[in-house]
Amino acid sequence: MTDHPTITQGTFAFLPDLDDDEIEAQLRYAIDKGWAISIELTDDPDPRNTYWELWGLPMFDLNDPAAALTEVRACCEAFPEQYIKVNAFDASKGRETIALSFLVQRPSTEPGFRLERQHGPGRTNRYGLHSYATERPHGERYQ
Amino acid sequence: MSVATPPTAPDRWNAGVIPYKEMGYWQPDYEPADTDMIAAFRITPQPGVDPEEAGAAVAGESSTATWTVVWTDRLTDHARYQAKCFRVDPVAGNPEQWIASIAYDLDLFEEGSIANLTSSIIGNVFGFKALKALRLEDLRIPVAYVKTFDGPPHGIVAEREMLNKYGRPLIGCTVKPKLGLSARNYGRVVYEGLRGGLDFTKDDENINSQPFMRWRERFLYCMEAVERAQERTGEIKGHYMNVTAATMEDMYERADFAKELGSNIVMIDLTVGYTAMTSMSKWARRNGVLLHLHRAGHGTFTRQKSHGVSFRVVAKWCRLLGVDHLHAGTVVGKLEGDPNMVAGYYDVLRDDMIPANATNGIYFDQHWASMPGVMPVASGGIHAGQTHQLIHYLGEDSILQFGGGTIGHPMGIAAGAEANRVAVEACIKARNEGRDLFAEGEQILRKAGAGCPALLAALDTWGSVTFDYESTDTPDTVSTSS
Repeated sequence: MTDHPTITQGTFAFLPDLDDDEIEAQLRYAIDKGWAISIELTDDPDPRNTYWELWGLPMFDLNDPAAALTEVRACCEAFPEQYIKVNAFDASKGRETIALSFLVQRPSTEPGFRLERQHGPGRTNRYGLHSYATERPHGERYQ
Repeated sequence: MSVATPPTAPDRWNAGVIPYKEMGYWQPDYEPADTDMIAAFRITPQPGVDPEEAGAAVAGESSTATWTVVWTDRLTDHARYQAKCFRVDPVAGNPEQWIASIAYDLDLFEEGSIANLTSSIIGNVFGFKALKALRLEDLRIPVAYVKTFDGPPHGIVAEREMLNKYGRPLIGCTVKPKLGLSARNYGRVVYEGLRGGLDFTKDDENINSQPFMRWRERFLYCMEAVERAQERTGEIKGHYMNVTAATMEDMYERADFAKELGSNIVMIDLTVGYTAMTSMSKWARRNGVLLHLHRAGHGTFTRQKSHGVSFRVVAKWCRLLGVDHLHAGTVVGKLEGDPNMVAGYYDVLRDDMIPANATNGIYFDQHWASMPGVMPVASGGIHAGQTHQLIHYLGEDSILQFGGGTIGHPMGIAAGAEANRVAVEACIKARNEGRDLFAEGEQILRKAGAGCPALLAALDTWGSVTFDYESTDTPDTVSTSS
């Protein structure tokens, strides 16, 4: 069995975790393209959990990737047990969506998912994905 | 819009046969209107046939003309309805061939109907005796006509948002062997590929509902595989459920079942025809399911440079009638595809405005008026060792489908998938860091392979495999081989 992280989301999910220099290089690429940088975090990596919490507003008009990297580091320090990703937004016509999105931190343990099957007629299943992280009470998840 | 009085023979309306040129189908002074459809035909007249007459004949036979004068033309605004051949240009290096440019009034075409458009423009004229061969090279589709089509049900942007995958090519794999697996065994290949790192797996074009595996069984097992892979990876995955069938009713039944199971994508083959493709496009839009199109059969009419229809035209028709994915060539794989021509197809599918560019075989500026782009699919004889070339030629808004290059991996299907995924991510990361993928690709892949035994094994198995044959369909400006 191949050995890869539990959650393989993001542009570089299958590569070794990016170090600060590598993160900065990707930030530089995005900034040089004129893209805005957003830092987002969650404990629930359900693939359809679209709206992670924003670490401040997206950063527009950046000149120096170091400023964005400082924010990445600050977010990781504040939330050491969350998934944290960098999204880069391309505002140009015809795209106007995320152009690059990669994880910069994973929690120390990744609880993952349970596949739920509700057996239906004709041997069909109605599938559900249960994210173990969401079992924690609200008061613990959003402190 | 200028519908000038055409140059006609004094006896234009006498009963009998007169040259097409003298019936108004040759108008060298005509200036096409912005709303005209303009076709570029490669014509090879029979010996002794004047190229202007041949061009006029094509214009005539693809619009109002028949072989003899008919007085009923005079009951119509015939000068508007007749197509006008307004240029005939010799082809460099091929004295037998000319490019005829022909303009068609917008009123000739039913709104939103590729069936009608093709019945006009490639309907009768390809069997015309006065021509040895005829090829539709390109079609300038006026914005006024573009706007009568829905276009892709989702398009590249919506697909990426749906899948939550950005910044790299998507990665797929066609299940092999394409014929003979039972449904349960087939689903195993899907599961291994997806959990290993693929975004999509795919039914092949001729997997429909045969005695060894009926469609309903396949859909059940493939959906189980997709859901299990999503659980393992926390990523959105999909399997292109091929709903191609003998009738529209059958296709709707299969597509509805795929949707009810939770599939995010279905697929059809080009062989079902333009009307059925359009119907499935509307179904996909209604149901929020991606639509993948396999161009099965296209090589019968797109490949030969002297006769048929260029794939760039087929690609335009498919973007209009609306698919989310379309196979468009690999450059480096096992199937036909000159790099410049393939670049032209990819531009036609993805860009909003494609400028005329002889090197890429693009004859006319084409505006899409913000119609979403189609994701081009590269499939057929590609492997991880070519990843840097694939990204160099095809860019990141593409789907790279490694079939044999996944399933034939010496360490297994999941390892094959992992090798491909690592190769793609390593190349994108290096490109973003400013490395020259085309020049340094092999080192980049080898370095990534040092940390990934699956990739290393793929490079060692296939690293030197190439399909280096001369292309049949090439731009006139670069090569004149035919």
